[in-house]
This record gives sequence, C-alpha cells and structure tokens, in this order.
Amino acid sequence: MLRRTWSSFVRLCQGLAVGLCLVAVLPAAAQTGAAPSGASQGLQPPVTKARGGQCVDDPAFMRRNHMALLKHQRDDTMHGGVRSGKYSLKACVACHASEASQSVSAEAGDFCQSCHTFAAVKIDCFGCHASKPPPAGIQAALAQPQVKP
Amino acid sequence: MKFVLRPLKDSPQGFYLLLGGFAVLLALGLGAVGYIEHHGHIVTGMNNQIVWGLPHVFAVFLVVAASGALNIASMSSVFGKTEFKPLAPLSALLAIALLIGGLMVLMLDLGRPDRLIIAMTYFNFKSIFAMNIFLYSGFVGFVVAYLWTMMERRMNRFTPLAGFLAFVWRMALTTGTGSIFGFLVARQAYDSALLAPLFIAISLSYGLAVFIWVLMLASKGSARPLGDVLMARLARLQVIFIAAAFYFVLVYHLTNLYFTKHHDFERFILLDGGIYTAMFWLGQVVLGTVLPLVLLLAPGIGALRRRIATSAGLVILGGFAQMYVTIIGGQAFGLVLFPGYQVSSSFFDGVTASYSPSLPELLLGLGGVAVVGLFVMLALRVMGFLPERMDDAALEMAPVQAAPVVA
Amino acid sequence: MKQDHNSSPSEPVAKPSSRRGFLGVAAAGMAGILLAPGVRLIEIAQAAPANGAASAGASSKVRWGMLIDSGKCASGCTDCVTACNTENGLSGGKLPTDSQWIRKIEIKEVRTGKTQSLPMMCQHCAEPPCVDVCPTGASFKRADGIVLVDKHICIGCRYCVMACPYKARSFVHEPLSNQKTDVPRGMGTVEGCTMCVHKVDKGEQPACVTACSDAGHGAILFGDLNNPESEISKRVASYPSRQIREDLNLNTGVRYSGI
Repeated sequence: MLRRTWSSFVRLCQGLAVGLCLVAVLPAAAQTGAAPSGASQGLQPPVTKARGGQCVDDPAFMRRNHMALLKHQRDDTMHGGVRSGKYSLKACVACHASEASQSVSAEAGDFCQSCHTFAAVKIDCFGCHASKPPPAGIQAALAQPQVKP
Repeated sequence: MKFVLRPLKDSPQGFYLLLGGFAVLLALGLGAVGYIEHHGHIVTGMNNQIVWGLPHVFAVFLVVAASGALNIASMSSVFGKTEFKPLAPLSALLAIALLIGGLMVLMLDLGRPDRLIIAMTYFNFKSIFAMNIFLYSGFVGFVVAYLWTMMERRMNRFTPLAGFLAFVWRMALTTGTGSIFGFLVARQAYDSALLAPLFIAISLSYGLAVFIWVLMLASKGSARPLGDVLMARLARLQVIFIAAAFYFVLVYHLTNLYFTKHHDFERFILLDGGIYTAMFWLGQVVLGTVLPLVLLLAPGIGALRRRIATSAGLVILGGFAQMYVTIIGGQAFGLVLFPGYQVSSSFFDGVTASYSPSLPELLLGLGGVAVVGLFVMLALRVMGFLPERMDDAALEMAPVQAAPVVA
Repeated sequence: MKQDHNSSPSEPVAKPSSRRGFLGVAAAGMAGILLAPGVRLIEIAQAAPANGAASAGASSKVRWGMLIDSGKCASGCTDCVTACNTENGLSGGKLPTDSQWIRKIEIKEVRTGKTQSLPMMCQHCAEPPCVDVCPTGASFKRADGIVLVDKHICIGCRYCVMACPYKARSFVHEPLSNQKTDVPRGMGTVEGCTMCVHKVDKGEQPACVTACSDAGHGAILFGDLNNPESEISKRVASYPSRQIREDLNLNTGVRYSGI
C-alpha cells in the first residue's frame, strides 16, 4: 500500500512539473517569436503608430503592464484628484487616436481595438470614457504638466 | 426518531412537464437579462424616480421566504419539536433554493452585472448591502453544513449546534434585509427600526406558505401521504405567523398615523395612492391577511387540506402585494424636501412617480422562481430529501389539543 | 493486498487505477497551468511603478461649497441647468429615464402662497447617506468634500439613488456615446453632480456658477468653506442661510439663503 501511495505521489509531482514547465516555456517562446520592430513573424495584430513621437515607456513594457498602470492612475485621479502624470488616459487617447477615425477604439484598426480584438479581450474603458480626443485639439489634451520620464 | 430519506423513485406524472416548464421559464428569464444588459434599463419600466421595480419585488420576496422556509427545520433542531425532524431536510433544501433564486434575480438586475467580482472584492462595511453579501452567502454555507449534519449519520449529534447557528444567521439575514429599507433616512416609507422585526415576521409567514405548497406538491408527486394532524399543526402555525406579521404592519401604520409629518404618506398608501392603495387593501390586507385567517380558522369551509393550500397561495399573493407596496409605493410617493410647500420641477419633484412593470422585468422575476423550482425538483429526484413516510404515525405526531383548526 | 503479491512490480497497475492515475496527472497538470497566470499577475501588481504626481490633488484643508441666494433666482430661468448639460455632455432631455444633475425647483408655500425658485443639485454632504449605503464604496467623498461616484467600481445597484434625500443621483438607462473627455459617463452606472470636479481641480469654478454670474444673476457663489477669508465663508457668517433638510444633520456643502 505504501508503494501505491508513493507512486501516486510521484505521478502528482510529474504532472505538476509538466504543467509548470509548459507555462514557463510557452510565454518565453512567444516572446522570442515576437519581433521587436517591423518584421512580422506569424500572426500579429496591425498596430498603427501613435502621433505623439516618443513612447511613454518601452512598448514591450506597456504591452504587458498598461492595464495595471491605468488601474493605478484611475484611483489616483478619482480619489486623489491627480489629473497629470505620464499615464493619464486623456493623454493616451490624444496621442494614439488614429488619423482615419480620430479614435482609439471606434474601428477595427484603431490602436486599442486592434490588439484587443487580436487578444479577444473586451475593452471596458470606452463605454464611459471618450475614445476621441477633445475637438479643441490634441495639444489641449496633451497640455497637462507631464512628469519627466 | 428513526426515519428514512428517499429520492423520488419513478417520475410521477407531470414531473417532466413541470420541470420542462421551469426550464423554459428560466431560459426566458435569462433571455430577458441579456436583452436588458444589451440595451440598458431603458427597456424596463424602471426610471430615475422608481429605480427598484418588479425584479426587486420578486427578489426580496424570495429572500425573505428563504429565511422563513428554514423554520420547520429550526423548530425541530432548536426548539425541540422533534416530530418535524423528518421534514427538516426538505425545509433546509427549500431555504437554499429560495435564497439562490432571490439572489440570482437581484444580481442580474444590476446595472453592471459583469462587475460581480468587484462586488465581492471591494467592500464598504458600513453598507448593509455589503453585509448582506456575507449574510446571504453565509446562509447558504450554514444551511449546507446543517443539511450535512442531518444527512450524515455520524454527524447527527452536531445537528442541534448546526441548527442553532443556522437559526441565528437567518435572524441576522432577515434583519439585514429589513434594514436595507429601515436604514434609509431619506424616505418616509422607510426610516424606521420597525422594518427589521416586520421582515422577520413576514419571513415566517411567507416561508411557511411556500413550504406548505412544496410539501403538498411533493407528497402528491411521490405518493407519500401527509397526515391530518401534521396539516392541522401547519395550519395553526400559519395562523400565528399571519397574525404576527399583521401586528407589525398595524403598529407601523398606527405610528405613522400618529406622526403628523408622515400623514401625507399614510394618506397616499391608505387612501389616494391609486394602484398602491388597491394593492394594500385588496392584496395585502384582504387577500394576504383576512381571507387566509378566515379560511384557516373557520370550521366547516370545505376540506382542511384545500383550505390550507388556498390560504398558503393567498399568503404568497398577499406577500407579493406587500412587497410591491413597500418597495415601489415607497418610491412612488417621492421625497419631501420642502414640507408645507407645493413643489414642481423638471425632475418629477412633488408629483407621484409613475411606474408600469415591463415584460423583461416580469420574466426576470419569474426566472428566479424557475430556479427555485428546478433546484428543488432535481434535488428531490436525485437525492433523498423527502422521508419515505410522512403520515402522522411515522412522524410520531401527537394530535393537536383543542385546536380550532381540526376539520 | 493479495493483488500486490501476485503481480510483478514492473507490471503496470490494474485498469481502474490507471484511469484514476491518468485523471490525477491531468488534474495536477491543469492545476499547474491554472496557478501560473496568477503568479504572473502578482508579479505585475508588485512591479507597477509609482506615479509621479505633478499636480497636488485633493486636500482636506479645503472644503468646497456653494451658497445659493434664492432671492436672486428667477422663476423660469434655467441658465445653470443649460450650462451643466453642455459642460458635462448631458442630453438635457426630461424623460423619466433621463439624467438630470441639476434642476430648477419652483416652490409655493401652501398656506401663504409665496413662490420661490431655486436650483437643486447634489448637496455634497459631509455625512452623505449615499456613501454610507454604497456596497462597493464607489460612492465616496473626496478629501476636499466633493462627493463622487467612482464608475470603475459602481455595479449599478441604485441603492444610493434610494438613499439620497435630495434626489441628486441619476441612473444611466441607455448606452452613451460621444462623452466629454473630462466627464466619463456610461450605461449601467449611477451619476450625479460632480461640482465640476474636473474644473475645480484646474482652479476654475463649476459651470453653473460661471453661467449664472456671466448672465448677471449672481445667485450661486462657490468657494472654500474652510477658508475664513473666502467670499463664501464671510457671506455665511454674516447673513442667514440654511441647509435643505437640516433635520437630517448631514452638514451639506451647498447652502441656501432666502428660503
């Protein structure tokens, strides 16, 4: 009976190890597969370039963490009244709004919508937030005191 | 006392028909939810004056009845009426089913039901709603534990403890439900500590009425007859609970009639509130209180069982009317910002708000009822919740002494 | 136990156990796959960089309030309402399901016949009933006294609408589009007067105040109730003013004179 218990335990460890290895290997494989710029390797979402110029942060970092950054910023703005800082949603929209639709999520090719459609993750933000910069112009939206990166 | 619990063996006639009916009702309810969620609450009859409508009437009724449905089990485990022990598992099952049904309607009517995770992770503990999240889920947990002690023979010695905990929790839950309204200082209809004990009293009444219906239906469906003494006992209980509920309603209105500042509201409910006045007098008082009492107390009006089933149905109807008057009537009366002034504005100040229930709301509410039906029917079919014998000898029922209700 | 002696140790286990064994391995693998993303999320949460705040943000040293002089308020004038609707992107509709953040109320004392007019909006109470009842804490009071709805965590239960003595809150009944950049509003959440918090944070005044003074009525005064030198503090200290429903003891930030 002890032998059976031991072999069950060994199987359990093997299973866990397989599972964890799979999870560790797959994202790493995906990352090495993704090209840092331009050259497409396999299936990739079409990403329109932003109009602002310099990225707020490293694009790979933003891709991974923009949701957490937005979540922290929203609490700072909502509860703290802090409306500036480099992760302000208003500035994101102003910079990333596409030339064609003037929006970040109205059409399939727009900045936010393209990746989110590719990843099949529904965007909740623009049910409430404006997905277009204010008619007064991009500069008005960007005219918040920005923190030097 | 020894008793054996058995699932329903052969499906009784009409079992699958009823089950199918409940399933269709549930599907319609879920369809209504999808419709409301997609188009927004504008497709319902609710508006900025009446923000809680028919779904809340259903939900609060079901949740209140859930607490009361546990009463038979509590009586057997906590109050020493061991003759009800064989019926305790059914009572606990019904309590869980009713709570799940009510909770489902409540949660699906939210403006953002997709944010349920937020509701379970962000808490403002001063809000009775936040406390209710724990009270409702805790209730299910405690009653499941209670059921387990009843059905697992080795745990039977823990049944009194589990029953006691479930009873205390259920008192807290019903107090919490009544306090949802009682804590609202803004509205004349609420703003009263009396609402908590009122809800406890009506929970006993509604819960027993629903239990009687389910018991009688299950007995007919499983060909396990109920004894006359049991029916007489249940009838007497129902009388007591209807009277207790009416007492609190009486005190509530008498107090309001004493307070000059509440006279306008009382006139609205008792006299010139249109549908709300009709619901109060016809629904709550006549159908929900007077008629059932007459049926249960007066000797010689037909067979006892038919009288009991009819009064239970009337109590349920009266319960819905009471919830309608309380929840919707309380909102329709409106807020009084300037006592002694005539008020008018673009936002419906100073006028009685109008509300007409819409089909999606009704379907959502009935969907909750369907969940209760499906839950109970499937549980009875699959597991043993009903005792094999429910006649008086099996329950060791002592005949009721000099009771006015024996047919 | 007899089975163990009869079968050789190198033989695979008997059929029922191998199915069980397979399920066990599969379950363990699944557990591993399911756990790992959670580990990744924790990584993200801990790695999130701190926001360097350039603007000061709300402070409890300030308490924003308004003083409304009903005597200067003309019956039929809706300049404040129009300005609020324009500023915040409200439809201005008057259907029972439309949102109204501010409204004009005409009152007439029944006994004497005296009529008056005044605007009613969220009173920004210091002890808001709407904040007490919100289950998720979405309805909250900012440090500077402005009462807001955090629509990121509002679940749309409408309990705050039930609780507000002033009918200040509205529920959004239909999908919205073309929201103002500074005023996010969406279907399924509750909303109300924000005291134009997006303007106040820039050092400006709420739209209703500006509109009323621009039109020459000057019925609404906005300022810092905590600062004894502010116009509003001096005014409430010298002239009689009251809160609506003061019996509820909510200590509102909006006060009225002349009623």
